[in-house]
Amino acid sequence: MSLSQFFAMGGYALYVWTAYGATALVLVLNVLAARRRDKAVRRELQNLDRLNLSESE
Amino acid sequence: MFDFLHPYASPRYFYDLAGKLIPWLAGLTALLLAVGLYQSLLVAPPDYQQGESVRIMFIHVPAAWMSMFVYMVLAGAGAVGLIWNLKLAEMTATAAAPIGASFTFLALVTGSLWGKPMWGAWWVWDARLTSELILLFLYLGFIALQASIDDPKRAARAGAVLALVGVVNIPVIHFSVQWWNTLHQPASISAINKIGAPAIHPSMLVALLVMALAFTLFFVTVLLMRLRAEILYRERYTSWVGERIQP
Repeated sequence: MSLSQFFAMGGYALYVWTAYGATALVLVLNVLAARRRDKAVRRELQNLDRLNLSESE
Repeated sequence: MFDFLHPYASPRYFYDLAGKLIPWLAGLTALLLAVGLYQSLLVAPPDYQQGESVRIMFIHVPAAWMSMFVYMVLAGAGAVGLIWNLKLAEMTATAAAPIGASFTFLALVTGSLWGKPMWGAWWVWDARLTSELILLFLYLGFIALQASIDDPKRAARAGAVLALVGVVNIPVIHFSVQWWNTLHQPASISAINKIGAPAIHPSMLVALLVMALAFTLFFVTVLLMRLRAEILYRERYTSWVGERIQP
């Protein structure tokens, strides 16, 4: 099987590769969203921490 | 009776444990995804009726399984939170929702991309597709409901009740292809052919199962990542969180 045959997917290239592309996108976005949430929480809590410290001084 | 489990359910202990597990789970997920993709795209044969388009099955079916599995995790965790007032369970339900919604969305999109060449339509209002769409709305409803309630305890309770009512949709999705005549093809895994063997070719079955396992591990990994952020936020007034958020 040649490379171009592989990418042609027997004429279903558009559907097969869009489906696999959508899957890759959903997986990557899941990881990025989880990381972003973690960073946002940490930033918020660090600010909260600083606020509490300055109040107690 | 379950006393030995208590330390694991403490948010602080679980936060540190999850932190140690995530790199290993992520590595294993990547490995399984690579093997699964190789099996799906190169090893598994084209279908005798559907040709190469059948390769969409190897992502569509695991995504659809996950959409239901994650919902059961969400509803189960919600129930445990309601009954035993376990904070970690409440946070698990909240952390699972966006992941489950994304798998449901993926099942619908890949199904649509498979339906167009095979049925000639992107979408039909049959029982399987409609109940899966309702599942997406259940996830989105859960997320919106929790986002609209400030008090985390009340948000957890309201979400759990919504999730438990929505469980009725899960058997409807599962059995829809048996209960109603539909364009959607019946299950491939449980189907048995005339000589009593599974109706699916072993190489297709392997690809499907590896991908399903990869998706499951992916879910667990991202769930733990989300749970850790959730734990930090809900425990923000404790001193141990203070120690762990230092930059």
